[in-house]
Amino acid sequence: MSLELRGITKTFGLFTANDSIDLKVEAGKIHAILGENGAGKSTLMNIVYGLLKADSGEIFVDGKLQNISEPSDALSAGIGMVHQHFMLIPVFTVAENIVLGHEKIGKFGVLDIAAAREAIIKVSKDFGFSVDPDAIVETLPVGIQQKVEIIRALIYEAKVLILDEPTAVLTPQETDELLKTMQELKRKGTAIIFITHKLREVRAVADEITIIRRGKVIAAVSPSTSEGELASMMVGREVDLAPDRQEHEIGEPILVANNLSVRNVSGTEVVKKINFELRAGEVLAVAGVQGNGQSELARAIVNLEDHVEGSLLLDGHEIRGLSIYDSLHAGIAYIPESRELDGLVSSFSIAENLILDLHDQAPYASGINLSAKVVSEQAEKHVLEFDIRLQSVSDAVSTLSGGNKQKVVIARELSRPVKVLIASQPTRGLDVGSIEFVHERILGERDAGRGVLLFSTELDEVLALADRIAVMYRGEIIEIVDSNVSKEELGLLMAGVVNEKAVS
Amino acid sequence: MRNLLSKFGQAAKLPTLSFALAFSITGLLIAFSDPKVLAKIGSPLEFIKSGLATIRNSYLALFQGSIFDINLARGHNFFQGFYPLSETIVISTPLILTGLSVALAFKSGLFNIGAQGQFIFGAIGASYVGFHFQLPIVIHIIAAALAGTVLAAIWGGIVGLLKARTGAHEVILTIMMNYIAGYFIFWILKTKTFLRPGRFDPMSPEVGLNARLPRLAGDNLRIHAGIFIALAAALFVWWLLKKTTIGFRFRAVGANAQAAKTAGISVPIVITSTMAICGGLAGLGGAVHILGSERALSPDVAGSFGFDAITVALLGRAQPLGTVFAALLFGALRAGGRTMQANTGTPLDIVLVTQALIVLFIAAPNFVRFVFRLKKLSSSASLTSKGWNG
Repeated sequence: MSLELRGITKTFGLFTANDSIDLKVEAGKIHAILGENGAGKSTLMNIVYGLLKADSGEIFVDGKLQNISEPSDALSAGIGMVHQHFMLIPVFTVAENIVLGHEKIGKFGVLDIAAAREAIIKVSKDFGFSVDPDAIVETLPVGIQQKVEIIRALIYEAKVLILDEPTAVLTPQETDELLKTMQELKRKGTAIIFITHKLREVRAVADEITIIRRGKVIAAVSPSTSEGELASMMVGREVDLAPDRQEHEIGEPILVANNLSVRNVSGTEVVKKINFELRAGEVLAVAGVQGNGQSELARAIVNLEDHVEGSLLLDGHEIRGLSIYDSLHAGIAYIPESRELDGLVSSFSIAENLILDLHDQAPYASGINLSAKVVSEQAEKHVLEFDIRLQSVSDAVSTLSGGNKQKVVIARELSRPVKVLIASQPTRGLDVGSIEFVHERILGERDAGRGVLLFSTELDEVLALADRIAVMYRGEIIEIVDSNVSKEELGLLMAGVVNEKAVS
Repeated sequence: MRNLLSKFGQAAKLPTLSFALAFSITGLLIAFSDPKVLAKIGSPLEFIKSGLATIRNSYLALFQGSIFDINLARGHNFFQGFYPLSETIVISTPLILTGLSVALAFKSGLFNIGAQGQFIFGAIGASYVGFHFQLPIVIHIIAAALAGTVLAAIWGGIVGLLKARTGAHEVILTIMMNYIAGYFIFWILKTKTFLRPGRFDPMSPEVGLNARLPRLAGDNLRIHAGIFIALAAALFVWWLLKKTTIGFRFRAVGANAQAAKTAGISVPIVITSTMAICGGLAGLGGAVHILGSERALSPDVAGSFGFDAITVALLGRAQPLGTVFAALLFGALRAGGRTMQANTGTPLDIVLVTQALIVLFIAAPNFVRFVFRLKKLSSSASLTSKGWNG
């Protein structure tokens, strides 16, 4: 089955999200759509899936014109979609989620789940998934939840499967598994539309690549195109994928952890007697698969965790047990893992978000008076320095794109006197252009003699930025290696395999 | 200035429309609840005519009871015609203060159901200082008002402290504290200190002459200086929220406590101090009510000021100015409702229906937009700005 789009145009007010887009996807092919956040990829797919109505343009399935005005039209035309944010009910079982909206009533008006259960087992067998139809969705790992979405599409006989940024929420291992699944689906004849901005994945699985920028198709290229070329086409300018990391003198230890342990609310030790020395002028990356204690360690350093033991010396002074306020003002900059939840107050203006930590300090405040004038003047300066793209500093920060939101967080954290930067997954969910900016800033702090502790699950990021790499596994640092370690060795370490050769 | 006006117009649009809608529906209710109108259901023209007459008379009585009554002006001097307006403001004054208490809590992400109990403690503190001590003029008023405010601030602060320390939910805490306050006032009025000598029903002595808030328009009108205190409090809340670091922290915690905490703001301190200030505001309401119009403590001194405050704050969209307007509206409905019942026989309960409808429509903005064929809040506007990328 093939899907063809002709001249799809969609505008929101004055903004053209999709500008006469043509696209053709063939059965048994993986068609990647590559573009930055906000390039119009999701808008286009929402039109195909019937969530949005195009202003003009036509959709053909197998050469036949289709009128798709709601998702049920798309489903009956054989188009399935796995959304970036899963459309699953967490407290329902897998089978219940799959029958949702297609419930069949059996004898005595009782919901017939058995058929769905069988279908799940059959599809799982066909494609080599192992999904328990009776498992409660919220107890499953994210990667499996995604498979539930895929199974749902397959059970309702989707011949064209849209995957909207499917790897954004996955660990490297889960990503590899998803890519394998995609190839399996492709072999069975499914046409896949793969939306992403991750270049490596695209080159690994795609048969065709369409690049979209500012709502327009820029180019259709083959997967043999280099990452650099793809990136420049996406962003519209030359992009430096491997940031320039100059060798330089590394200073004295500035942040020293001794037997640092963290317990979570239920009392489980999630960080176990960790020791490390972060030196001035170096990037120490803490690598590891999500959920091995990195988040808790990062939070513990700014005293956001409640049950911490051991010692943490910043520039020779004990900082464990300080208030969060005092930790931040002792010279720690903190980029939290979730900018939406922990980094920003989304209903506050950009200017207000820029002073969340400094609102009671001069020049913003004198006594308890907060000067709105100074706040917005300083905000304008930050906006220029950090190249934050916005209409007005008094707009709510929620109107910004992900990359610009992260710039607001970074601008704020670096506006205090900083000795150490704790960056927790600083490029998660960002597009190429913003990632480049964040990487430059992190290296900038390193070159200025600050210590940077970088928590990341992205191998490429770790290898590009780090001077040394500490690998965390099940709450422990199992190795600290030099940055010339190979990707394979690092991958093995992250899986908990300690290799003699990798030790430096 | 024009910018400010249009901003105000935008904010007031929905409440005004809800208001109009509520009054239209209430009008129908008034007509249909009048037996004289229903008797004429046989001839449609007569039915509509008498229905409209009833509605007009009722709303006229509502106006007469809340703003201006020409009959009163004729008999005495012109000013006496404003007796209803004076009553409206007398009722609105404590309502502004309790409304502000709830509104400020909303801004910090807290749901203060406890304005009733805080009001009671404000009234207790103010009346005690008012009748027990003899102090010079002005000083006595300040001392009594302060006593009520501080007592209520402690009462409210306890809720904040419990929530901050133990994570107990403020809604449950404040509801229970309301019960305690409600029975506490019964008990305290039976003690020797509070029971007025020679009385057996629970009633305290009257506050001293120096402790009474001055009347603004002579002895025939009850309007008193408390309205200025209430307006000053509204200004104070606006200033606190918009112009100070304390308000910044309140708003940050209200909008996203987790991000506020991560940025070094102490959430427990914010919760405790918000609840204390909210308690103080409601307590000041109780104090002003005693010192301005009641003059003595009685068990039902709080009426439903603390509960109506929730509605008032919602109607005022938790904004200080909005809360003032909402409280004035509620005061007017209360004052006018009595006259309406007396003059036209329309039940006072109709006024409660109107209040409920107004709040219902405020809570369902898209319904009001649908009725008046207004555009929905466009989702495309936010999408547009999302589209730009750095």
